[in-house]
Amino acid sequence: MGELRLMKGNEAIAEAAIRAGCDGYFGYPITPQSEVMEYLMAEKPFERTGMVVLQAESETASINMVYGGAGTGKMVMTSSSSPGISLMQEGISYMAGAELPGLIVNVVRGGPGLGTIQPSQADYFQAVKGGGHGDYHMLVLAPASVQEMCDHVKLGFDLAFKYRTPVMILSDGAIGQMMEKVVLFDQIPRRTDEQIIEQCPWASNGRPASRDHHIITSLDLDPAGQERVNLKLQAKYKTMEENETRYEEINCEDAEYIFVAFGLAARICQKATDLARAKGIKVGLFRPITLFPFPAQEVAFIGNRVKGILVVEMNAGQMIEDVKLSVGCRVKIEHYGRFGGIIPSPDEVVRALEKQIIGG
Amino acid sequence: MEEQFEKIEIRKPENIVYKKTDLLVDRPLSYCPGCGHGTVHRMLMEVLEEMNIYEKTIGVSPVGCSVLAYDFLNIDMIGAAHGRAPAVATAVKRLWPDHFVFTYQGDGDLAAIGTAETIHACNRGENFTIIFINNGIYGMTGGQMAPTTLPGMRSSTSPYGRDVPTMGHPLKITELVAQLPGVHFVTRQAVHTPGNVRKTKKALRKAFELQKENKGVAFVEVVSNCNSGWKMTPVQANKWMEEHMFPFYPLGDIKVDGKLVEKKEMVDKE
Amino acid sequence: MTEEIIIAGFGGQGVLSMGKILAYSGVMQNKEVSWMPSYGPEMRGGTANVTVIISDERISSPTINAFDTAIILNQQSMDKFEKTVKPGGLMIYDPNGITRHPERKDINIYAIEAADEASKLGLAKVFNMIVLGGFLKLKPLIAPEFLHKGLEKSLPARHHKLIPENEKAVEIGKGLLKPIQVLN
Repeated sequence: MGELRLMKGNEAIAEAAIRAGCDGYFGYPITPQSEVMEYLMAEKPFERTGMVVLQAESETASINMVYGGAGTGKMVMTSSSSPGISLMQEGISYMAGAELPGLIVNVVRGGPGLGTIQPSQADYFQAVKGGGHGDYHMLVLAPASVQEMCDHVKLGFDLAFKYRTPVMILSDGAIGQMMEKVVLFDQIPRRTDEQIIEQCPWASNGRPASRDHHIITSLDLDPAGQERVNLKLQAKYKTMEENETRYEEINCEDAEYIFVAFGLAARICQKATDLARAKGIKVGLFRPITLFPFPAQEVAFIGNRVKGILVVEMNAGQMIEDVKLSVGCRVKIEHYGRFGGIIPSPDEVVRALEKQIIGG
Repeated sequence: MEEQFEKIEIRKPENIVYKKTDLLVDRPLSYCPGCGHGTVHRMLMEVLEEMNIYEKTIGVSPVGCSVLAYDFLNIDMIGAAHGRAPAVATAVKRLWPDHFVFTYQGDGDLAAIGTAETIHACNRGENFTIIFINNGIYGMTGGQMAPTTLPGMRSSTSPYGRDVPTMGHPLKITELVAQLPGVHFVTRQAVHTPGNVRKTKKALRKAFELQKENKGVAFVEVVSNCNSGWKMTPVQANKWMEEHMFPFYPLGDIKVDGKLVEKKEMVDKE
Repeated sequence: MTEEIIIAGFGGQGVLSMGKILAYSGVMQNKEVSWMPSYGPEMRGGTANVTVIISDERISSPTINAFDTAIILNQQSMDKFEKTVKPGGLMIYDPNGITRHPERKDINIYAIEAADEASKLGLAKVFNMIVLGGFLKLKPLIAPEFLHKGLEKSLPARHHKLIPENEKAVEIGKGLLKPIQVLN
């Protein structure tokens, strides 16, 4: 078993990055995720593993540093919170277009605009539908615990390189700020430059006389060429849908109703499940762990066995669209949400289930 | 008739007086006839070849006319988003510190949309070379006003000339970055005459030599022309550049060995 | 066993660190724990609070609105959290600065004059540990050896010399409780 610690979600992201063998972190302070870079700077990974940590002049610069580092085949990441992630959309779109691997952590706060610094899930659409310009997706992971904040860093890097795609960890202010028990995985050595050159035969890291030059770009002025790029991306997303959907089911075996929720909302629904069952309501929880690719088949399978579905989100109703697309219209599907940084309580979720689904 | 001439093979090493470097890809440049980009591309690649560092060089190209520079430069390249080349290059150099890294940027890219990235990379003293082509106009998008467009100068978005009270002053970004402690070498050159071409090449060589010493940013501006954007023939454009651009953007070294050059020395003596 | 606790007071009273020491001690005792703070500008000089959950099972929601125990260290927190204690639950409060004492009839209430005692003994820095001692006396969730380990893990190495003083404060707290209302 790995090392046991009590850590904040943001600290777990940082420690996991060092241990995953990350080569570079580039970021800009914003509440509620500033502990990521604070932890890294205090921990001096440049001495521990040789990892580069740099405070950039903006989120725009941060994501373009990630773009540059990724373009050379290095394992690089950034983190921010909602307004900063909006600024990064340009760079993320370029990364998707140039097929660059990289990890982007969004510790979501309430919006729109400057919004609030309290936790929210209002960036679901932005994360799973593209966010920037053009037809693209990131692979999106939704941790619901500090342990998953840690584990998803390693998983995120693995998937980013497997598919040459930007990966987002869509967390929120509560999971970033809360402390829980974490079992840390052991240090994975950073890859040597020689290993990177061998493992990333597409990267721009210096052309030896023996090969053609490499070009990292998202530009193809020929529409036919750009259509080929798009078709390649769509094929990649299809493969991801076939192979990478992740989810968790809790108390679903005998459930007559289910909650569908991700991240912190899923934790609240888990408690609500206990409270409802104590009242004799047979309810279960379906928690998507990958938000893109969305576990559509799995939620459809279970959704069509139950009498009703309550989608609980800390937003005005975003993931519910994917649940409805997956399940269809044979089952009653309703949304319950709180916004702007308000975290719903487990008992208000139970009341919503009783009112909107069971009584409705 | 043909038989009267004896075919002689003249392509022998001893006969070569000039050869295009292999570091330029064998394809026609997409630039307008008379544009300075092609000449700077050639100088840059000759320097990398002569220093024999091309295998360890990573270039970052911009958005603008030279967006396709990576198609012509036969080295590993990364195409950056508009203005972000210094951020991209920052990460590349920090992650590959034994490599040579440069950005190649135009005036809109470097001095407008990318001002923050430029200033902060320079101020951090990143150990890479910035090559800044200043032609006072947005060439790629069709001749719009740039941050470096001269007062009164016409462009498609200042069709009656740049009106300073409403459109602002041209930005001397090169003098600005020269003030920053992270910047070690700043020079302003041109490529419209053989003499200037030689000087530009020398400046580029110096900029890459400095990367070995990790002394911070080496910033090479090349004042160039844009015949298409300026609506002139190449000859007219070069004349106009000498008469109008150079007085505002005087050629010469601006900062050497980390020290600002006295103003009177800045005037080109040639 | 699951114990859901809210600790609330002024920023600077050591509310968050008390919660962290409690949570880390729980980790050392092989419990599941969560520590969920209020965060943001309110922490700077205003009120601070933290929800700590210690359980034998996987913890579901880290944010809750009903608590087994409320530890209350200022009036604003009394106003906000008195009503959140579960019926039959526990409230521990320091009467220092409290102008409106608790009114609930369906919960157990203890006072702990930790602020007075800490200033009397010149132990102002471990005020929060005195309060924690009071809590652990009533809810002995954490064995002393695990509290020791929790302190070692929570405090930076340069402060480890202060661990005996912290443990002494916990012992003082255990003897300082004053029952106000104890349900049968």
